[in-house]
This record gives sequence, structure tokens and C-alpha cells, in this order.
Amino acid sequence: MKVKNTTFAVGDVIHDLKHYLPAQAPLKDFIHHNTLHAFQDLYFFDGLRKASEIFGYKVSLTLDEYRERYASGQIRNEVLEQRIVERKGEANLTKWKEILLKKEYANLPLPRIGGLRSNWKKLYRIDLDSLVHPLLFRILCSYLDQGISIWNFPVSNKGLIGSIKEMERTSFSSFFKTKYAKNLLVQGNYSIESLLKVLVGDEQLYEQYLYDQQFAHQGWSGMISTVEDQPQTLLDRKEVTLHDLITFELLLEIDALDSLFGEGKWLPLGNKLKNKPTPLFEEVIVTEYHEVVLLWQEAFEWSYYDEVFSGLQQVQATNGRHVEKTFQAMFCIDDRECSLRRHLEITDPNCETLSAPGFFGVEFFFQPEHGKFYTKLCPAPVTPKFLIKESDTTSSREKDAHFTKHSHSLFRGWFITQTLGFWSALKLLINIFKPSMGPAVSYSFRHMDKNSRLTIENKNLDDRENDLQIGFTTDEMATRVEGLLKSIGLVKNFASLVYVMGHGSSSVNNPHYAAYDCGACSGRAGSVNSRVFCHMANLPVVREILRTRGIDIPDTTRFVGGLHDTTRDEVVFFDEASISESELSNHKENIEVFQKALDENAKERSRRFESIDTNLTAHQIHDHILTRSVSLFEPRPELNHATNSLCIIGRRELTKHIFLDRRSFLNSYDYRIDPDGKILFGVMKPVGPVCGGINLEYFFSRVDNQKLGAGTKLPHNVMGLFGVANGIDGDLRPGLPSQMIEVHDPVRLMVIVEHFPDVVLNVIQTAPDMYEWFINEWVHLCSINPETKEISYFKRGTFVDYHTFKNKVEVIADITPILEEHTENLPVYILQ
Amino acid sequence: MNLLLQFFILIPFLGFVISLLIPKDKETILSRAAFTSVGIHFVSFQIFLIYWFWNGHPVLNLKEIVLFKTSGYEFLVDFYFDGITAVYLFVGSLLTFLVTTYSRYYLHRETGYKRFFNTILFFYFGYTITIFAGNFETLFMGWEILGISSFLLIAFYRDRYLPVKNAVKVFSIYRIGDVGLILAMWMSHHLWHENITFLKMSNYELVNDQLLTHSWIGIFISVMILISAMAKSAQLPFSSWLPRAMEGPTPSSAIFYGSLSVHMGVFLLLRTFPFWEHQLSVRILIVAIGLLTSFMATGMARVQSSIKSQIAYASIAQIGLIFIEVAAGWWWLALFHFAGNAFLRTYQLLVSPSVVTYQIREQFYNFIPRKATVEDSLPKKIEYSIYMLCLKEWNLDAFMYKYLWNPVKWAGKKLGYLTTERVLIFFIPAYIAGIVLLYFENLIPVWMHEQLPVIFSLIGLMMVLKAFTERTHARMSWILVILNHFWVALSISFNEHFEYSHTILYLSGIAVFGMLGYFCLRRLKLLEGTIDLDQFHGHVFKHPKIALVFLLACLGVSGFPITPTFVGEDLIFTHIHEDQVLLALFTSLSFIIDGLAIIRIYARVFLGPHVKSVYEMAYRSS
Repeated sequence: MKVKNTTFAVGDVIHDLKHYLPAQAPLKDFIHHNTLHAFQDLYFFDGLRKASEIFGYKVSLTLDEYRERYASGQIRNEVLEQRIVERKGEANLTKWKEILLKKEYANLPLPRIGGLRSNWKKLYRIDLDSLVHPLLFRILCSYLDQGISIWNFPVSNKGLIGSIKEMERTSFSSFFKTKYAKNLLVQGNYSIESLLKVLVGDEQLYEQYLYDQQFAHQGWSGMISTVEDQPQTLLDRKEVTLHDLITFELLLEIDALDSLFGEGKWLPLGNKLKNKPTPLFEEVIVTEYHEVVLLWQEAFEWSYYDEVFSGLQQVQATNGRHVEKTFQAMFCIDDRECSLRRHLEITDPNCETLSAPGFFGVEFFFQPEHGKFYTKLCPAPVTPKFLIKESDTTSSREKDAHFTKHSHSLFRGWFITQTLGFWSALKLLINIFKPSMGPAVSYSFRHMDKNSRLTIENKNLDDRENDLQIGFTTDEMATRVEGLLKSIGLVKNFASLVYVMGHGSSSVNNPHYAAYDCGACSGRAGSVNSRVFCHMANLPVVREILRTRGIDIPDTTRFVGGLHDTTRDEVVFFDEASISESELSNHKENIEVFQKALDENAKERSRRFESIDTNLTAHQIHDHILTRSVSLFEPRPELNHATNSLCIIGRRELTKHIFLDRRSFLNSYDYRIDPDGKILFGVMKPVGPVCGGINLEYFFSRVDNQKLGAGTKLPHNVMGLFGVANGIDGDLRPGLPSQMIEVHDPVRLMVIVEHFPDVVLNVIQTAPDMYEWFINEWVHLCSINPETKEISYFKRGTFVDYHTFKNKVEVIADITPILEEHTENLPVYILQ
Repeated sequence: MNLLLQFFILIPFLGFVISLLIPKDKETILSRAAFTSVGIHFVSFQIFLIYWFWNGHPVLNLKEIVLFKTSGYEFLVDFYFDGITAVYLFVGSLLTFLVTTYSRYYLHRETGYKRFFNTILFFYFGYTITIFAGNFETLFMGWEILGISSFLLIAFYRDRYLPVKNAVKVFSIYRIGDVGLILAMWMSHHLWHENITFLKMSNYELVNDQLLTHSWIGIFISVMILISAMAKSAQLPFSSWLPRAMEGPTPSSAIFYGSLSVHMGVFLLLRTFPFWEHQLSVRILIVAIGLLTSFMATGMARVQSSIKSQIAYASIAQIGLIFIEVAAGWWWLALFHFAGNAFLRTYQLLVSPSVVTYQIREQFYNFIPRKATVEDSLPKKIEYSIYMLCLKEWNLDAFMYKYLWNPVKWAGKKLGYLTTERVLIFFIPAYIAGIVLLYFENLIPVWMHEQLPVIFSLIGLMMVLKAFTERTHARMSWILVILNHFWVALSISFNEHFEYSHTILYLSGIAVFGMLGYFCLRRLKLLEGTIDLDQFHGHVFKHPKIALVFLLACLGVSGFPITPTFVGEDLIFTHIHEDQVLLALFTSLSFIIDGLAIIRIYARVFLGPHVKSVYEMAYRSS
């Protein structure tokens, strides 16, 4: 708990407030993060309890949902009992089990947020929100608008409040209904404190009032706060601060009260208040209900983890036998790639697959040809110093007349409705019965022109643009290639062809498209990164340097970049012309392997899709999948990271023969070349923010889709190209829409590291921000001993041995029949 | 060929009924029922259209059923088919067919999947009745169905605050349109002394003869029709409802508010064109309204920064132009323009989520910081003023509140002293006295006899005003709504020729459904404790069945065409003489507010975020 000063300091309050507001960036930069990041300094369940009672979030499944899962066997009895015994002691087992299974709880207490401001309605009979919000939202949206309106906000270079002031001063009309508030603004003699004095009166309530006010529309406040901190997330930059928003909103509130009761003819809220509301951040007491939820949640999670551990221990490693590899393929650690890798290995048992975060260790800004801006292609927290430019593109951008703003003007609209209008009917007909690719589709292959040229190599250190170095120097390239190869343990036994596959996705009618792309590339497709990496790794000078650092890549080895579209299950390869004659035939054969694996992957994915019959042949299903990705009426082009729950860092042998149902991030790592964990540190550093962020965003959007998620996407209305809201007067909806999370099981991420526990402990203790994720259990961590396969899990600062309940998981020869029959989450299987 | 017309009404009706019977977890069967019935409708209509053209596209009229007949009064359902119906049906059936197909997948797994298709089919049924209507009465039936299904679709996400609030708002505007139509029907009874069919109305000599001698009546009727059309087509000053109607799933917004529903005002004008064709003043008025709307709506469209409201205002502007085209008599152009606008806006709304991908990409490659617009050439002061006004939608929403609802609320508050006991103590004896007076009608002095209907209808109006502003007792509000009808019946009873059987016809539906509604509220009170009307309670969340029954009760009581009350309402108006302006005013006012009070009770008690499940509800502002 922070010590609160008795006096109100507006700067501090706004600083803290920003911390609690949703941090989601505008749609084009949608990056997953822990929705409740503000509580991450607390133990997971303490943070949840506080978040729930203060802000009214639902932070777990309902008791009924847990009980259903128990009844169906998904939550296992022995695990549940073990959790109770561990937390409550053997003696209390029966009592607590009875409570967990039977006891009903009356309605939870009302959340604290909003308690103070609800007195406007109670004591003054005025609905302040409905008087202020619609106009406020419309002004904010118009001010920030990125390109929907035809006539833009007339003043925009003076900040939000400055611009409004300028307009109020000059215009005949006004946003205000009364004089007093308008004059305050125009004359400039106001401060947040002075406005609060008029509205609230009692200084001790100021802070709580501002929280209540801003959390009455946390979507808009969060957006303003994010744009204030990261103005570059809007292409058409806007100067705005949360301070401005609060000031303007306070003025509008005074105006609304004045217009209803007469100027100055009402008392501040604090003067009328009889009982003070509970202070927001007062300690939240642990109740039995909280404990019940905790036990259920843990039992739910460990029922799954236990099964995974059993599977991992049961798999027999098949090492020792060295065969010539047909090719190696490197993918992103993304959970969606886990099944494609399996299908590749089944189709061609002599290939090897690996995985690394999908920016492949090369961080830079990318400028497509004719592009007016730079796109960041690396994890969100990194700020690159390099620029890669595209040139010599051959494809052109298509246009769609239906998005033309001319149809909204009067006279051109008259003409357009009577011409294009009829074309729309036909187009709709075609789109419904025969969906096809068009300019409105967000298509991953369009991210970069396949045949273009990239400025990867730096010619001259002075070759700079806007403070960015164009291309990398030889040394910089070597460092990056070395870093990546060592982190995934690929330092010898190179195949003659090494594919480096980025990934992206395609969808239409989907404002959340960026959430489907590669998170390690800041919500973009990974095509440029894979191409850049391969170019570097193929350069003889780079290889020369690498040899001095212990990585000897044979001259016959060629790295080939590519992109996997996770929605369409298509791949494209780059720079194929540079593949030597002798390898070309191998490459052609490999393409066929990829095609077959992609068909199978499409089939596996289709089990979740109601509209596709999984019993069809893989090839037929693939066609349906392609259609699906371009269908206007399909709100689920793919399921993205739904069901993700594991992150396994280790060699492929560990997971190769285990069916994990696309639920695991997989990061290749070889403990043998990193006995002291130096490399592991780099590997594990992004696990919390990236994988943990994805997992927790899914977790919270699933358990409270209304307040922490975006609700159903069907009524969404695009606001200013940066956010979505329901209808035209609604608050912005950050978080994930229900269509993305409905099949997700809210379990925390379990990170499994193939190394010795003491090494892992050392590694996580190196960086406090990384340690926080694990010690507070926002993600679970365990190590699997590479020699004995013993599992130890990280708990309150130490590693503790874990013994699985389930000794055997089912061994099956072919997963296909199971896939054809089931749509729900599948248990772990061993594949023969 | 005439007989074929009923076939086109029957199919959507059957589709609707079938969709009601399918269990709600059977997504495939539900969507197939919708898709098949609309599909059959579409295809069979195409065949019919060819056949009709082949036969020289005659105007068809089918006198269907006489629902009620008494001396000097006949309530009949009549169907009509001409080029206007053909175009509206073509556009409507094509779009509904496409959108139901679209929604099969789009709404997959949505709670309310069944409700969605039920409402769509119900809407479509209303739409067909309206465009096939051969007289005002039939048209009004369809019109009412359109109103209620719109309400249900806007409030589709019924556990959120804004959809419910906006649904009530839109319904209240529609209600104004309804009363315009009722008054037009009232006067037209007196003008023609019958329920005139549109076929007869297109007879130039007949209309001209009547209007020569009754020009003021003619203008009154035309203006009432116009008000009704303006409300339905979101023309000024009613425009602000349209963007607010975009609360349901995108396909429903696309088809209703992008295309079909919003063009019904145009349809009404086209349909009644022969009637006002020779009233120059009315034509000028329509042109003026259309012109003003198109300019102001264009301004508002230009400043919108959300995609759906932009499309909504752009569509309103085009409808303004269509109004002008209709008034100018270029009705083929108007029909063509209607079809184009409907298709374009439906499509634009359906692809509206894609705007992010498309425009961000466009912006990425073609960004020009602060692109100059026409308005930049204006003096700053003018530019800022107009911009701010457009952003505030010219205060239209506030205007509606200020001049329409606030006076009503003010009047209702003046009746604050009425409590349940006082209502019973004063008004029941008063009502009995009224009945006694009626019994001894012959003994009352003439001057008093003339005033009594007005006084009684005023009391009825007071009842309903009180019902509308009641904040605490839901049941009290409900009782007042019912009582209003009894006062209306009493007041009209003093006019000649109004027989007891008419009173019974009128009150039968009210009484039965009134009791039903009362029991629903009573039951809910027993289960949930107090139910006030000060906020939304969202009881549908826990009690969907009671909510459904109560909705039926609301429909019955508000004179929806499921009870004899519907005919009764029409009948009541025929008994108000053309010179009883006050009586007509009070009665029509009480009908407007009555409908509002009923929907308010339903919305406040059953819709909105559930008060007892705070943790599972969305924020109020979202």
C-alpha cells in the first residue's frame, strides 16, 4: 500500500490513475498485455481480489462453471483434494470440500468504484453521465479521429483543451449550455483543484472523485492516457493528455449541473454527503468466497498441468540415432505453430523443426515502398535503431469504391447511390455465396512485396534517416545471427535448407486484425524479419565471423525466409531465386511436404469450426479454410491464441511425440550449450511480457468479457479508426471480443524449462521485473530436469519437487479420428 | 392474379411462426427456417414479377377480410400491388434474403440467436404487410409491427444500458409517427365516410371533388401523413434517432436502419401521392423539409468520426433528396434512388468493420497532414460555429427532449399528488358518476353533453401522464394505463352511434391483457421485492418467461393488432367528429403517451443491466 498524503496532489493522482486505466493501444497496434498489469506487484490472488472489489471486475469463472468442470472430470478430484490439503490442512478436507461443492453465496458486495459519484443520482436526482458522456465522447473521438470524418476537428495543434478553448473563444456556438463553465475555460482561470472545489468541495474526496469519473468511461480514459504516453501509435499524431480530459470533463459536469439547477444554485457534492464512501484503496478483506475461488482455480489449473507433466515424463527420447536431415524449419514460438510443426514432422520424419520468437532476433523499423511511415517490427518494449526500406515493388494496391467518402456527400452521393448502389447489391450477393480476396481483407502476404528489394546491409555509417541507421553493419548482423542460433541451440548439424518462417494472419471485417498477427513483431506479419534474418545468415562475411564464435555453417547450407499465414494455412517463400540449382529440387520436394502438412493442419484446426465438416479430406477442408478467411460474415477467421496455457522451453525431443492440442508456446533451447544459464536469461526475459501477457489477456477477457473484454463484436462500431464501441454513444471497448475467447479455458501460463532447477532459479533472480511474474504467480514456472525428467515447481522463492498423480497418459497411433469427433479441449496424448 | 397477393403475406408469416416454435439451441434449423422462408419469398416473387410484367403490369387490389362491420363503418384488410410495391418488395426481399444468409454464420453462438431470427422475420412480415397494404388500416397494422420489431432489435443486447435507452428513444419517435397516421385516418374517415382504399384514392376526379370542398381537411391529412413519414425516415427534426438505432448486431442495423425501415417514410409518401398531388402547399413543404434535411444531415455526416453514424447521416441526406424527388412527382427516379441508397448503405454497414484495415492502409501510403476541406475557406468564426453545431447534431436530441418530453414530464409531475389510494378514492366514484351520467344521457343539458367527452378524455390523459412519470410503483403505473382506456371509452360513449358492443370490442383486449400484465408484475414483485421505475432492472436476465408474457400484455394493451382493441381504436376515432378538435387532440395525445408509458414500464422493469448481478454486467457507459 502506498502512503497517501492527506493533501491532494493532482500530478500524483493522475500518475497513479494512468497506471490503473486500460493500457490498450489503438487498434492497428493491438498488442497483448496483462489486463490487470496494475496489480502485478501483488500475489496473483491478492491482486485479483483487490481488482474485483475496487473496480468491480469479475476475476474468475463462476462457482457453477467450476462445479460443472468438476462433474465432467476436467477438474480432477485427487487434484482438488490435494489443493485443499495443501492450503487448509488434512483435517479440514471434508469441511472445505463440502463448501466447495455445495455452498452458495449471496450477491457479492457492490464494487467501490463509482460509489462516490453515484450520489449525484441519489442526492441530486441528476444523471450526470448521460448528460456529459455523449458529447464528451463525440468530441474526443472527433479530436483523435484518424480518417473517418470528412471535415476534421478545425483546431488541432493546441492540445485538446487548447483547441477547444480556441473554438469556444471564436465561435458563435458552444459546447457548453451555460455561461459560467464556458467563461472559466475561455478566460483560463481554472485548475483541476479549483474545479473540484466547485463540484466536490471536500478535498479528501477529490482523488476518489477523479477515479470514479474516469472509470465511468475507462475505455476513453485509457485510450487518451495511452496516446499521451505513446503518441506514435496514431499515424496522424494528436497532442492530448489525461489532464486535459479531466479538466474538460469537470467543466462539462459543472455546466450540466448549472443548466439543470441554475448557475451556482447547487452545493458541491461533498457538502450534501452524509456518509463518506469506503476509500477506494482501503484493504480488501479476504472472505470465504475468495478462498473458495482460489481453491477451485488452482485445482482447475493443476488438473491440467498434472496431465502435461505426466506426458512429458512418459515420452521416450529418441536421440542417439543421427540421420541426415532433409531440411530444418524454424517457426515462431507462437502456440498456433505447434500443430504445423507436428504435421511437418509426421509428413517428413527426417526434417527438424525449431522455434524462436518470431522477429528472429532482428529488430528494426520497416518502411514499405511509397509508405509515409515506419512500422516497428520487433517486440513492443524494444525501440530499434535500424531502418529497413523496401524498393522495387511490383504489386499495386487495389481500391474499393465502397469505402469512398464521396458517397457521404450530398450531390456526389446522389450519383453514387444510383450507380455504385446497384453494384453493392451484386457485390453483397457474390460476397455471401462466393467469398473472395479483396482490398478490404487484411492479408498477411501483403505486408511485404515478395519480389521487392530490402536495404538490409548498411553501406555507410552515415547512411541514416530520421536518426535511424539504414541497414545493419556486418558485425551487427553477425551478433544477431549468433544470438538467435545459440538461443535455440542450432549451432551444428545444419541441414542444407533452413527455412525461417515468420507468421501472420488474414481476416476481413475484423477491426482487431492486429491481434491476430505476430506479437513479437508488434502485431504485424513476420515476413520482413524472416527475410532479413536469412539474408544475414547467408552472407559469407557474416558466416566468417560466426565461425570465429563457434558456429560453423557449411557453405552448402542456405537459409530461406518464408511466411506462414495462420488463418489460411498458406506459406510463401522469399528469395527462392538465390537457391542453388542443386538444392532447388529438394526445395520443390519440401514445398510439397509443407503443402501436405498445411492441409493436415487446416483439418486439425477445423474441428473447432462449426461451419466445416472435419470428416472431409484435408485438402477439401483447406479450401473451406481459405474461403473462411475472406468471408465477410465470419467473425472467427481463426481462433488466434485461444486455449493457450503452456510455454515449454527446451529441446524438441521433449515435446515431439506429445499431443498438446495447440495449447503451448514452444521455444527451442538446448541446456547443453548453456550450462550456467547465460543464454537462458535472454530466452526467458520475454516470456512474462509476451507469453504471459497473451495468456493473461485471454484469461481476463474470458472471465469478464463485459468489463475486461470487448463483449461480442457483432454490434461494434469503429470509432475514429483507433477503437471500437457499441453503438455511437458508447465507451471504447478495450480487450478481446467474445468471439476470440469463448473456447479459452482460463488457466494461467505454465512455463516449463528444460534445465536444472538451481540454474533456472539463478536466471530468474537476475532481473527483478522478470522475477515479479513468477514470484507473484501471474505465470507458473517449473523446471524439468534434463537428465532425470523430474519436475520441480517454483513456489514462494524456491523450487519444490512435484509428483504427478496421473502416471499414464493414453498412447495413440493416430490423432485424426479423435480430431474428427471432438470439438472441445483434448487431453494430452502420446503419439507413437 | 389478385389472389396471389395473399401468398406473399402468408410466407413471411409462416416463417415467423415456424421460427417461434423451434427450440433456441437449434441454430441450424432456426437459420434454415429463416433463410428458406425468405428465400421462397424472394424466388416466388421474381416469378410473379415476370408474370405480372407479362400481363401488362396491372394495378392489383384484393379485398381480403372484413374484420368488423357496423352501420357506416367497415374495417377491412385490403391488399394492393403496383410498381411501388414491386420495387419495395424486390429490394426488401433481396436484402432480407442476403442478410439472413449472412447472419446464419455471423450470429453463430450469440445468445439471442433465436430472438434475432424471430425478430427479423417479424419485421419482414410487418414490412410486407405495409407495402402490400391497400388502405390505411392495413398499412397501420404493418406500421405497428415495424415499430415494435425495431424496438426489439435495437434493444437486442437487452442487458446493456445504452441499447435499451436508445430503443425507448427510437420507439418514442416512432410513436409520433403512429399518431400522425391515426389522425390522418381519423380525418380521412370524415372526408370519405369510409375506409378508403389506395386504389380509390388514385382516382383523380374523386379526390379532386372532395378536396375542392374540404381543402383544409385535405391539408390536415397530408400534413399528418407527412409527419408520420418524416418520423419514420428520420427527416428533420427527428433525424437524431437513426444513428442511435445502430445498437444491434451489424447485419440488423444494416438492413433496418441502413435500408428498409428508414425508407418507409418515402413509401408512405409515394403511396399517398395521388392524394396530395394537387396540394401545392404540401408539395412545397415536403421539398423544403427534404432540402433542409439533406443539407443539415450532410453537414452532420461530414463531422462524424464513427463509421456507423457517418453512414446513417449520409443516408438521411439522400432520403431528403428522395423526399424532394417524390414531391416533384418524379416517382420512378425516387424509387430508383431508394433502391440504390438501400443497397449501398446496407453494404457499407456490413463491411464497416473493414474500414480500419482499409483506411489505415490508405493513410499509411497517402497521408497528408490536415487535408484542406471546403469549410477551410469559411471565416474561422463561421467555420467553428458550424462545426460545433454539426458535432452537437444541431441540438436535435436536446430539442426533442425540450419540446416533446419535458412538457409531458412537467405535466406528469404536476400530478405528483396522485397516489394509488387517491386514484382509487377519487376516480372510481368519478367514473361511476360518469357511467350514471351516460345512462341518463338524455337528461343532461346539451352544453354539458358537449363538454363531457372532452372532460373525460382529459381525465384519461391525466391518468396516462401520471403513468408515464411515475417513478416508484410499477403496478400503479400499469393500472393508470389501463384506466386511461376506460376513460377514453367513456368519453366517446357520449358521442352518438357508439354502441355498447363497440365499447366492449374496444375494452375487451385491454381488460384481458391488462389483467395479464398486472399478474406478471405482481408475480415479479413477490419474487424480487420492490420494483420501481426509477432505473432499469433487467429482470429478463432471471425471469425471461415472465418478461415474454408481459411483453405480450404490453402489445395487447397498446392496441397492437393481436386483439380486438386494435379495431376498437380505429373505431373510436371514427366517432370523434371533425369539429371536436380538443377531443381528438386529447385522445391522440393519450394514445402516444400511453404507448410510451407501457414500453417504459417494460423497459425499466425487464430490460437493462440486471440490478442483482452487477459483476456479470457491462459498464453502463459501454
